[in-house]
Amino acid sequence: MTSAARPASAPTTQARAVKLRADGIGMVFERDGGGVSVLDDISLEVGEGEFVCLLGPSGCGKSTILNVMAGFIAPTSGQVRIDGEPVVGPDPRRIFVFQERGVFPWLTVEGNIGFGLSRLSPEDRQRRIAHYVALVGLQGFEKTYPRDLSGGMKQRVEVARALAVNPDMLFLDEPFGALDSITRLIMRGELLRIWEAERKTIIFVTHDIDEAVQLADRVVVMSARPAKVQRIVDIDIAHPRDISSARYLSLRDGILEAIGLAHKV
Amino acid sequence: MLRTSRQVNHPLRSGTAVSVLKPGTFVAVLLVAWHIAVKFQRVPILPGPVAVGAALLELGQRGLLLKYVVASLFRVTWGFLGAALLGIPIGLSLGWYRRAELAFNPLLQILRPISPLAWIPIAILWFGVGDLTAVFLIFLASFLPLTVTAMNAVAGIPEVYVNVGRNFGLRRAQLIYTVLYPAVMPQLVIGLRITLGVAWLVVVAAEMIAVNSGLGFLIVDARNAGNRYDLVVAGMVMIGVIGLLLDVGIRSLERVPSINWGYSDD
Repeated sequence: MTSAARPASAPTTQARAVKLRADGIGMVFERDGGGVSVLDDISLEVGEGEFVCLLGPSGCGKSTILNVMAGFIAPTSGQVRIDGEPVVGPDPRRIFVFQERGVFPWLTVEGNIGFGLSRLSPEDRQRRIAHYVALVGLQGFEKTYPRDLSGGMKQRVEVARALAVNPDMLFLDEPFGALDSITRLIMRGELLRIWEAERKTIIFVTHDIDEAVQLADRVVVMSARPAKVQRIVDIDIAHPRDISSARYLSLRDGILEAIGLAHKV
Repeated sequence: MLRTSRQVNHPLRSGTAVSVLKPGTFVAVLLVAWHIAVKFQRVPILPGPVAVGAALLELGQRGLLLKYVVASLFRVTWGFLGAALLGIPIGLSLGWYRRAELAFNPLLQILRPISPLAWIPIAILWFGVGDLTAVFLIFLASFLPLTVTAMNAVAGIPEVYVNVGRNFGLRRAQLIYTVLYPAVMPQLVIGLRITLGVAWLVVVAAEMIAVNSGLGFLIVDARNAGNRYDLVVAGMVMIGVIGLLLDVGIRSLERVPSINWGYSDD
C-alpha cells in the first residue's frame, strides 16, 4: 500500500489488521464556476484499535477527509474502505463526534446518551445509559438538559452517546477545540482511559500538535490546502506519557519541523 | 448566548403575589380613571365601567354570555386545529424537500397578503351563513402562517442534528419524529401563539357577518338592536379577556424544558 511518506526509521504498527483504507482520496468543491481542490490524493491505512491523529492547520481540509471517511460526503475521486467494504454513507458502527454542537438540546443527558439505543428493551437501555453516564462521570446529571451543562460536560455527553451504541470506530472532529485548556487536558485523559478500556479504532482531527503527540499511536501531518499527507509519525511512547521526556519533545519538534515551524515564534 | 445567569435574572418571577398585584393595581387605577372620565363627558362617548359591568351581568343572567363565548371558542378551536393538523406537516415537508419549497413558495407568498376577511363572500357562497363559514375563515387565517412557520423552521435546523440522526442509522420516519420535529418545536410554538392571536381576531370579524351567535355577533347585534353600547363594550371586554387567557395558555408551552432551549433568556 502507498503508506505515503512514512519515515523509514520509525517502528511500524503493521502487525494489526487493517480497519480503514483510504485510496487516493481527492475532493474538488465547485465554487464560483471554478473548482477548488481541497483534498489531493490522500492515501492512508488505519489499523484495528489504532488511535490516529490527523494534524493540520485550520481550513486545510482535515475535517473534509474525516467527513469523507464517515460517509457524510462522497469524494470526487478515490475510495474509502472499512473492513474491506466501500463506505457509501454514515453507519451506526462508526460514530462521528462533533464538537459539543451535536448534543440535542431537547433531550436530557439520559435522553441524549440513549438516543441510539431505541432498539433495546427499556431495562437494557437503562442499564447501558447508566454505564456510560458513569464512564464519563456525569452521575447526578441524568435529568439535566444541555443548556444547563458546561461545554466540557456536553462534550462528554456526546462521547458517551457515541460509545453507548458500541461502535467499532469513532471519528472525532476537533472535539476539545471549544474547551478551556484545563478541561481539555482532563478530557484528553478521559478519552485515553476510555480508549484503553474499549479499544475502539479512533481517528481524531486536531490542529494542536501537543494534543496529537499526547494521544495518538500515529500522527498524520497534513499540508495546507489542498490537503496532502505530508508525513506520518509513529509515537512510540507508552501511556501515560511523560510530556517533558526527551522522546516526547523530540517527536514534537520533529512534527514542528515537518510543518516548518521549528524553533520559531 | 449567555446561559449562566438564567436563574437569577428574574427575581420577581418567584414572587407570584407581586407579579399579580402589580398589573392588578394598574388595571384598578385605569378602571377608576375610566369611571371618572365618563362622569364628566357632556355627550355620550363611551359607557362607564359600572354600566359595562351591569351589561355583563345581564348577559350572564340571560345565558347569552356563556353561549356566545362557547360559540366563538368552538369556531376558533376547529378552524385553528384543522389548520395546525394540515399546515404543520405540509410546512415541514416543504421545508425538508427544498425543491417543493421553491415550487410552492410563490403561491404561498401571493396568498399570504390576502386578508382572510376578503374571503368572506366566497366562504358564504361555498358554505352558506353558518358555523362552517366562520370555521373556514379561521382555518384560512391560520393555515398559511403555520405552513410558512413550519417551512422556515425546518430550513433553519442545524445540519449537524440531521447528520447525527443519519449517523445513528435512523430511517426517514424516525428522523422526522426524533430529530426534525423536536428541533422545530420552539419556532413552531411561537408560530402557534401568533397565529392563535390572529385567529381570535378573525373570529370576531367573521361572526359579525357570517353567523348569528358569538361575541362578534353580540357586538353588531347590540348596536343594531337599539344602540346598546354597554353591551358592545361588554363584548369587547370579553374578547380581550379570552384573548389574554388563550395567549397565557399557549405561552405555558414555552416553558416546557424540551422546548425552551430554543429561546434566549430575556
